[in-house]
Amino acid sequence: MSAINVFQQNPGAEAKAQTPLHHADLASLVGKGRNNAGVTLREKKLLGHLTLRGDGHDPAFASGVHKALGLELPVALTVVAKGETSLQWVGPDEWLLIVPGGQEFAVEQQLRNALAGLHIQVVNVSGGQTLLELQGANVRDVLMKSTSYDVHPNNFPVGKAVGTVFAKSQLVIRRTGEDTWELVIRRSFADYWWMWLQDASAEYGLSIEA
Amino acid sequence: MSQSYRLASGGRVNRGKVLNFSFNGKTYQGYEGDSLAAALLANGVDVVGRSFKYSRPRGIIAAGTEEPNAILQIGSSEATQIPNVRATQQPLYAGLVATSTNGWPNVNNDVMGILGKVGGSMMPPGFYYKTFMYPKSFWMTYEKYIRKAAGLGRAPLQNDPDSYDYMNHHCDVLIVGAGPAGLAAALAAGRSGARVIIADEQEEFGGSLLDSRETLDGKPATDWVAATVAELQGMAEVLVLPRATVNGYHDHNFLTIHERLTDHLGDRAPIGQVRHRVHRVRAKQVVLAAGAHERPLVYGNNDVPGNMLAGAVSTYVRRYGVAPGRKLVLSTNNDHAYRVALDWHDAGLQVVAIADARHNPRGSLVEEARAKGIRILTSSAVVEAAGSKHVTGARVAAIDAQAFTVTSPGETLACDLIATSGGYSPIVHLASHLGGRPVWREDILGFVPGDAPQKRVCVGGMNGVYPLGDVLADGFEGGVRAATEAGFKAVVGTLPKAVQRTEEPTLALFQVPHDKGTRGPKQFVDQQNDVTAAGIELATREGFESVEHVKRYTALGFGTDQGKLGNINGLAIAARSLGISIAQMGTTMFRPNYTPVTFGAVAGRHCGHLFEPVRFTALHSWHVKNGAEFEDVGQWKRPWYFPKPGEDIHAAVERECKAVRDSVGLLDASTLGKIDIQGPDAREFLNRIYTNAWTKLDVGKARYGLMCKEDGMVFDDGVTACVGDNHFIMTTTTGGAARVLGWMELYLQTEWPELKVYFTSVTDHWATMTLSGPNSRKLLAEISDIDLDKDAFPFMTWKEGTVGGVPARVFRISFTGELSYEVNVQANYAMGVLEKIVAAGKQYNLTPYGTETMHVLRAEKGFIIVGQDTDGSMNADDLNMSWCVGRNKPYSWIGLRGMNREDCLREDRKQLVGLKPINPKQWLPEGAQLVFDPKQPIPMDMVGHVTSSYASNSLGYSFAMGVVKGGLKRMGERVYSPQADGSVIEAEIVSSVFFDPKGERQNV
Amino acid sequence: MLHIFCPHCGELRSEEEFHASGQAHIARPLDPAACSDEEWGTYMFFRDNPRGIHHELWDHVAGCRQYFNVTRDTVTYEILETYKIGEKPQITAASKASAAPSTVKGLGEKV
Repeated sequence: MSAINVFQQNPGAEAKAQTPLHHADLASLVGKGRNNAGVTLREKKLLGHLTLRGDGHDPAFASGVHKALGLELPVALTVVAKGETSLQWVGPDEWLLIVPGGQEFAVEQQLRNALAGLHIQVVNVSGGQTLLELQGANVRDVLMKSTSYDVHPNNFPVGKAVGTVFAKSQLVIRRTGEDTWELVIRRSFADYWWMWLQDASAEYGLSIEA
Repeated sequence: MSQSYRLASGGRVNRGKVLNFSFNGKTYQGYEGDSLAAALLANGVDVVGRSFKYSRPRGIIAAGTEEPNAILQIGSSEATQIPNVRATQQPLYAGLVATSTNGWPNVNNDVMGILGKVGGSMMPPGFYYKTFMYPKSFWMTYEKYIRKAAGLGRAPLQNDPDSYDYMNHHCDVLIVGAGPAGLAAALAAGRSGARVIIADEQEEFGGSLLDSRETLDGKPATDWVAATVAELQGMAEVLVLPRATVNGYHDHNFLTIHERLTDHLGDRAPIGQVRHRVHRVRAKQVVLAAGAHERPLVYGNNDVPGNMLAGAVSTYVRRYGVAPGRKLVLSTNNDHAYRVALDWHDAGLQVVAIADARHNPRGSLVEEARAKGIRILTSSAVVEAAGSKHVTGARVAAIDAQAFTVTSPGETLACDLIATSGGYSPIVHLASHLGGRPVWREDILGFVPGDAPQKRVCVGGMNGVYPLGDVLADGFEGGVRAATEAGFKAVVGTLPKAVQRTEEPTLALFQVPHDKGTRGPKQFVDQQNDVTAAGIELATREGFESVEHVKRYTALGFGTDQGKLGNINGLAIAARSLGISIAQMGTTMFRPNYTPVTFGAVAGRHCGHLFEPVRFTALHSWHVKNGAEFEDVGQWKRPWYFPKPGEDIHAAVERECKAVRDSVGLLDASTLGKIDIQGPDAREFLNRIYTNAWTKLDVGKARYGLMCKEDGMVFDDGVTACVGDNHFIMTTTTGGAARVLGWMELYLQTEWPELKVYFTSVTDHWATMTLSGPNSRKLLAEISDIDLDKDAFPFMTWKEGTVGGVPARVFRISFTGELSYEVNVQANYAMGVLEKIVAAGKQYNLTPYGTETMHVLRAEKGFIIVGQDTDGSMNADDLNMSWCVGRNKPYSWIGLRGMNREDCLREDRKQLVGLKPINPKQWLPEGAQLVFDPKQPIPMDMVGHVTSSYASNSLGYSFAMGVVKGGLKRMGERVYSPQADGSVIEAEIVSSVFFDPKGERQNV
Repeated sequence: MLHIFCPHCGELRSEEEFHASGQAHIARPLDPAACSDEEWGTYMFFRDNPRGIHHELWDHVAGCRQYFNVTRDTVTYEILETYKIGEKPQITAASKASAAPSTVKGLGEKV
C-alpha cells in the first residue's frame, strides 16, 4: 500500500444520496414563500468538497496547485473561482476546494500528482458539509442578525470569504456577488442553520429555490 | 374631571388622539405623545408608590431615566407583565395597564406605613446586615417579606409572547445621545461620510431642546432639531435610532444598545415585529453626548409627593402640556433653574416665590424673573416641605450654606408644588463602565469623565459644558474629531445661533441645613433606596469612610437607580461629615447596564428551538421513524434506546442487549470524533500524544489508544487506524472531538512545528454504522464484496470495499465484546446503505440499539467511558490500563512525566474495579459513595464511588464499575454503600471485566 | 468583548471567534524525565498574574484555527500587539517601563 490511502468514495450518480438538508425537503417549499422576498435560499447540493493543506509560502506548492486546478492560490480571506470550481483560503496552510459533484476523486488525484514530493494533505470532506446560497436585498440584514463580523460592503467585497461565529456556532461566509452570499456549513449543524435562517429572514420574506 | 392638570394648550402631545389607560385599577385618559408619568400627572395622580424601607408615599420627581419612584408594573395580561418600568420612560398607548410595584396592599393605605412611622429607629442603614444576618436559617423567611414589601416587581408566570433579537453593527462613529451636542456631532460625522450610528433613549430626538424656551437663529429650537434629524435620515451611512438606550460600554469600543421598537404601540408587539432589539456595536470612535442630570436639593420631607426637579416641571409644562400643580415654589442654587419659574409664569400659573441660596444673584434669567414681578428670596432655601400625602406648603428660611446653619425661622408659603434644583451632574455612567474614574470639577460642581484609554470623545453637558451655544459647538467639534480619527476628512459647518446670557456660578449646596439638625424631618438623598442624609452621616460615624463602603452600607445608588439622582448629594454629605473635599471622597463606579434591560432582549432569538445548536447524524430521520428516544451527548442527539410498543427503557434495553449478544444489533456511531491525519511524521506525532506505541502499527491495522494531559490524567481515548504508511484515521469520544483536535493543533503549532503532519476533522464526512453480534459477519456478507473471512479480515484490522453498493471503509473493532464491524461511508450515501443493511438484516433479527444498550454491553466488558468512569483525576494505572502505556517509548510523550509524579505512584489511589452487589437484585446508584466499614460514625471515611451501574441480563445480576482506594489489590473484599434511606448496599470488589474475560466472542 | 487582530487573517475580529489558551511562551521542558516533581509542577500549573503587560496565547478557533500570541495590558485591556508563534514580542514589561508609549502600529487594536 502507498503512504496515503486515496479511494473513490462516491458510488456514482445512481446511488441514493441525501444532502444534509434532505429532511427539510426544500423542493417542496419552492414557490411557497412571500412574493418579492428579501431573501432567497438555495442549497448547492452534493458538490465535491476537498480540504487542501500545504505550505502556501512554498512556490512549488502554489505552482502545483495551479497546474492541477488552473487557479492561483488565493490569499488570506479570499476565494477564487473558475466555472464551477472554487478555491478558498481557510488558514495559512489550509484551503477549501469545491468542485462539481463526482469529480472529487479525480481532482484529488490530480492534486496529489501535481504536488508529489511535497508535504501536503488532501481530504475528501464532501459528506461533511454543504453550501447554502443566500440571495436578495436583505441578506445583509440576516447576516447582521447572525454574526458579529462586519458584512458592510466596505469590509466585505465580492470575493471575500471568512470563517466566523454565526448565531451560536461557526461557519464560513463567502460573498460571491453584489447580493449573493454563500454559507459553508457542517452537515450535523445543517438543521440548526436552516431553523436559524428561516427565523432571521422571516421579517423580510424568505423564498426557496431548488 | 378628566385631566384636570392638563394645560389648555401647548406641548408636543396629540390632543386629537385620546388614549384610555388604567393605573391601580382606575381608568384615566391621556393623549398620544404622553409618557405614562405625564398622563398620571395630568390626572392629578400624585402617589405612585411606597418607599423601599419606610413605606412612605412617593410621587413622580423627574421626567426621564433618573426617576427613582415611579417604577411600575406594566401589562394587561399575565404573559405581558413587565416589572420595574419607569413611568417617565413608558410612552402611553391605548389600553395600557399599570400598577404600583410596591405598596402592600395598596399605595394609598399601606399597612407597612405603620412600620414606616417607627421605621426611623427600626430600620437604620445596614439593617439588612444587622437584623437579618443571624440566625442565617431565617434569611429565606425574611427575604420573602422584605421583597414583597420592598416592591421589586414581579416576573410574568407565562411565556412572553413577543419576539426579541440582536443586530450586529460596525461603525466609524457611534454617538450616544441626540440632544444638541449629539445632534451637532452627528452632523459633523455624518457629513464627513463616516458610518455613523446615533442613538437616544427618548421617544424622539432633541434631548433638552424638546422642552426648551431657547431659540436657535431666532426660531424655536425644535425647528433645528427637525431639520437636523431630516438631514441625518437622508444620509445613507447614518443609522438613526430613537427609543434606543446605549446601555453598556464594553472593552475595545464594543457598546450595546437596547432599542424598544414597539413598547409605544401596545401591550404586545404587532404581528411580525420584534419588540426589543439589542444592537451590538463595534465603533472605531465613540462620541458620548449623554448630557447631565439635574440634581435635587436635600431638605426635610423632600420625598412628599409634590416635590419635583425643576427641569422636570418645565418638561411636563412645555413638552406634555401638563402642570403638576397650581402654586409653585422654586428652591435653587443656580441660574438655569429660573427657567421653570418663567415657564410656569408663561403658562398662566402662580409662582409663589423663588428661594435662591445665593446672596445676590444677578444673572440674565434672574433679572427676567424679577422683571416679571416674581418674588425672589435670596440667601434662602426651602428647608422643609409641609404635607404628608402631598405638598401643602414650603417653609422657606434664610440659610448660611457655608456654615451649614439656618439663620432665620423663615415662613411657610402655601403651595402644592416645590421645584428644586441643586445644579447639574454630568451623566458619566457610560464613561466609567470600563473603569475610567470621573474627576471632580469644582467650577461646575460635578464629576466629569476622567481619562480613559478608549477611543472616545465626551461632549456637551456630560463634559460640563452647559450654555446651548457652547454645547452645539462642543458637539460639532467632537463629531469632527471622531470622524477624522476614524480616517475621514474634517468638515466645516455653521451652527445656529443661540441667545447669549450672563450666568452666575452655582452655589455649592447639596444638603439644606435644618434648624433641628438630624432630629428634623427626614431628608432623603436616594429615594429609591430610602437613604437619608442622617443615614449617610451615621455610616461615616460607624467608620465607613471609603465611598464604596458608604454605598454598600447605606444602599446609596443601588439597584436600577444606579445613583442617578442621589449619588453626588450623598457623596457631598459623606465628605462634609468626614471633613474632606468631594474630590478627596471620589465617586463610586457605575456598571452596565445604564437602565434595566428586559430578559427578552438579553435572550434575543437564542431561545426555544434556537436556544442551542442541535447536531444530527445523517441517519437521524431513520431513528425518528423507528421510534427512538434520544439522548443529548454534547450538542448531538443520539438514539438512547428504541422502545417497542409497551416497552419502558429497561425492557427495551434488555431486548436490545440480548439481540446483540444472540444475533446482531445496529448502532449509529457517526457522532464519534474522526480526524484524518496525514504526513511523514504522523506516526511520530501519535507516539507523542498517545500513551502507547504506534511505530510498528502496520497499514491495515487499528489500535486503541489513551490520551493524557501533561499531568498524566486520561482525557480522551479511541481507536486509530493506519490506512496508509503516512495516513491515519483517528477516532475520539463524541464529546471530545473538538477539544482533541484543538489540543493536537496546540502541540503541533507551538511545540513541534518541525513535525510534518496535518489534521483535518472528518467527523461529519463519514457516517458510521456498527454491526455487532455473532451474526454480523453473515449479515454483512450479504451486502458487501469484502472478504470477511476471519483470517482475511481479523480483529483490529480494516478493509476497503463496498457495502450496499457504496464504497466503504469497514473497521473490525468492538465496543461490545461481540464480533463487530464498523461500516464507514460518505455521509450523503449513508441512508441508502442503512436501508440495505436493514433489509438484509431481517432474517437475523437485526435490532437497532442506542447508547444505553451500548453502555451496558461495554461495561460488561469493562471498557471505560472517558468522562463517566474517569473524571480528570485518573491516570492509566488507576484505570488498570497499564497495558496501554508505553513507558519505554523514546520520546517523553504527553502524560508520562506527569504519571510518574510521586502522588501518581501511591498504591492507595482510587482505582477502577468491578463491583458486584452481594444481593444480585440490588442496584448501586451511579455516584454513590463507598466505605469499607458501614458501622463507623458519621462523617464516614469515604473510599470511592460508583461510576457506572447497570442491570445485566447476560450476567443475570446487576453490576457496577467504581473507583476504590487501592481497589486493585482488594479483589474479593467487600465495600459498602450507605444510602440516603439508611439502607446499605454491600458489594464485592471484582475484576471490571464481567463478560467473556478471554475475549473469545469478539475474536472469531 | 475584545477586538483582536489575527496575525494570520490580517484583520481585527471579535473575541467570540477566539479561545484564550493561557500564558504564552511556556515551553515544554525538552527532557521531562530530568525535571524534578517540583519543576514539572511549575511547568504545568504555575502562571504569572501580572498587573500590566502580559503575553498570552490565543487560538483563532472560528477563523483560521491558528494559535498566536497577544501582548495585553491587564489593567486597561489594551492589546498592544499580536504576533505569530515563534516570534518575539516587541513590547514587554521591561520595554514598556523604559520606553515612551508604544510605537508599534497596526499590530493590534489600541483603544
